[in-house]
Amino acid sequence: MDFLQLVISGLANGCVYGLIALGFVLIYKATEAVNFAQGDFMMLGAFVCIGFTNHEYMGLNFWLAVPLSILVMGILGYLFNWGILRHMFGQSQTSIVILTIAMGFIIRFFAGAIWSHEPTSLETPFAGQEIRSGGLVLGIDEVLIVVVTAVLTLAFYLFFSRTRIGLAMQAASQNQLAAYYMGIPVKRIHSLVWGLSGMVAAVAGILFASKGAIDPSTGLLGIKAFAAAAIGGFGSLPGALLGGLIIGLVEPLASRYGPPGISQIAPYAILLLILIFRPGGIFSQTQRKKV
Amino acid sequence: MRFVFKTSYDADISLFKHRAQAVWYGLLLLLVLATPLYFVAIGDAYLLGEITGILILAIAGMGLMLLTGHTGLPSLGHATFMAFGCYININMLGAGVPWVIAFPLSGLIAGVLGTMIALPVLRLHGVYLALATLAMSMLTSDFVVIAEPWTGGIAGAAVPDINIFGMEINRYSTPYKFYYLVLFVAILLVWFYRNLLRTPTGRSFTAIRDSEISARAMGINLTRTKAMSFFLSATAAGLAGALFGHSAGYVTNETFDLVMSITLLLMIVIGGLGFIHGAFFGAIVVGIIPVAIANGRSFLQSTFDMNVNVPGLESALFAFILICFILFEPMGLYGRWLKIRTYFELFPFYRKDMFKRQKSYLKTDRVQ
Repeated sequence: MDFLQLVISGLANGCVYGLIALGFVLIYKATEAVNFAQGDFMMLGAFVCIGFTNHEYMGLNFWLAVPLSILVMGILGYLFNWGILRHMFGQSQTSIVILTIAMGFIIRFFAGAIWSHEPTSLETPFAGQEIRSGGLVLGIDEVLIVVVTAVLTLAFYLFFSRTRIGLAMQAASQNQLAAYYMGIPVKRIHSLVWGLSGMVAAVAGILFASKGAIDPSTGLLGIKAFAAAAIGGFGSLPGALLGGLIIGLVEPLASRYGPPGISQIAPYAILLLILIFRPGGIFSQTQRKKV
Repeated sequence: MRFVFKTSYDADISLFKHRAQAVWYGLLLLLVLATPLYFVAIGDAYLLGEITGILILAIAGMGLMLLTGHTGLPSLGHATFMAFGCYININMLGAGVPWVIAFPLSGLIAGVLGTMIALPVLRLHGVYLALATLAMSMLTSDFVVIAEPWTGGIAGAAVPDINIFGMEINRYSTPYKFYYLVLFVAILLVWFYRNLLRTPTGRSFTAIRDSEISARAMGINLTRTKAMSFFLSATAAGLAGALFGHSAGYVTNETFDLVMSITLLLMIVIGGLGFIHGAFFGAIVVGIIPVAIANGRSFLQSTFDMNVNVPGLESALFAFILICFILFEPMGLYGRWLKIRTYFELFPFYRKDMFKRQKSYLKTDRVQ
């Protein structure tokens, strides 16, 4: 029973990692840019929702605040690409990596300045409610996280395979120039992808903040999400989720059954092992460039 | 205007392009050698310590510059190599190894360890390297705690004084000697770096940065060359780490954290990616900004009675400057200087787009 309980809370954590990784992979897939600020986007999304919902701020209805904050984060993501990243078009990966890291610092600073550095948690209507079945205690928040993640995954799958704009995104990611020739507005597509990943980040953030307290430095959690993305295979959406789940599961199990200190190291150790033995990740998407 | 006529092939790779350049660098050397005299005259060596710190940062920056600026591989974990160098140096000094041997060895061992860590990832795309080094950087503090017998863990470790054939050097009691020592190491490394860039190895680094595919087409062994670059880079970082330890006097598990790695990266971008000068310019900026912020803060507090003691302001300001540089001056401070210099050298024929890079489109590295 103890084991099952750990697995379920691990799954819930893993879903949050997976969702951050999802937003990260979305951007990578479509624009080849690596957004090292995705974790901070997640944190910002959570704080925006806290700002709308919690009674010491605006005190809106939770079910109104959630779509609102998702929308705000989507717009922020769009604007971020439109205002900053678009001008980096065609520059080296390194400078984009550095740029997004710097962006993360700025987001962390603003979040800290606006909502303070104290850990805050989201006031949700379902906080503290539990489902009990046969000795197993499930928090509604945990169940909700798993359900929302599953629904989102399905939605993304359909979006990328069925809709026109999803296909355009895939095309833009495979070859920008060819996509231009086919009449795809690559720049706008890129901005849309950023908006989309901002929305995913908001969802991840809201789920995270409804489960526990969040503070500006939580954005560093994004690094675990990168590990998740790399474990699953960069550029693979199901891989991102799987990687997130693996990390989410390993952490509580390692801290319960492993020697002390191992649970912090475990995700990165798995990352390094995967990189050594299966460099492309579980769902490998890379092939070496041949001359 | 100056015309440089090359009359031999050697002129292409000579250390100085023309005599005036050699004269200027000679003057610069004299200036840095004479700097302590000023502090002797005013009798206060505090600022000299700051300058020494900038030089140490520049040494680490040169290491990262070789990797990121010249080979095109981003690393977010150079503070880890500095930690390697620092702790190895401490332990060897503790075991009674003379400093003259322990210091270079600590750099070399840091280089070997760094290469061993990076080797599996070097075969992959640059982003993976960034990730792996980021993960490494996150783990540094944990490992320092785990390796407590050698590192002192959370309590930290004191760094012994430098002893070169009986000459004691300590940052506080003999700041001038320490400055000259660091300067000597820095100049030696610059000289080595400059020469490296003239060799086939150095040129293959640049070839890899500009295009991995064409580098391979020219017969460069990618993995081996990248590993070489990583080794040299981590070695320089290790040396800088050892010196940093001597300069700090006391190191804990939080000394070499992620912020330090990112500061190093930020430094070389602001200074100018791909130029040795960039490492020094960047180090100067990074050394000056905290002082400027502290001064600005106390100025605001005293004149407008404004309290601007917001946590994280410093790194946010760093980040803001960094973003401005990447957007508006991707070649960094040294690039700006190059443009100004070219403007005057070619006056009045400088064109606005002279340094503009050709627009390129991305083709994915993944194969769908």
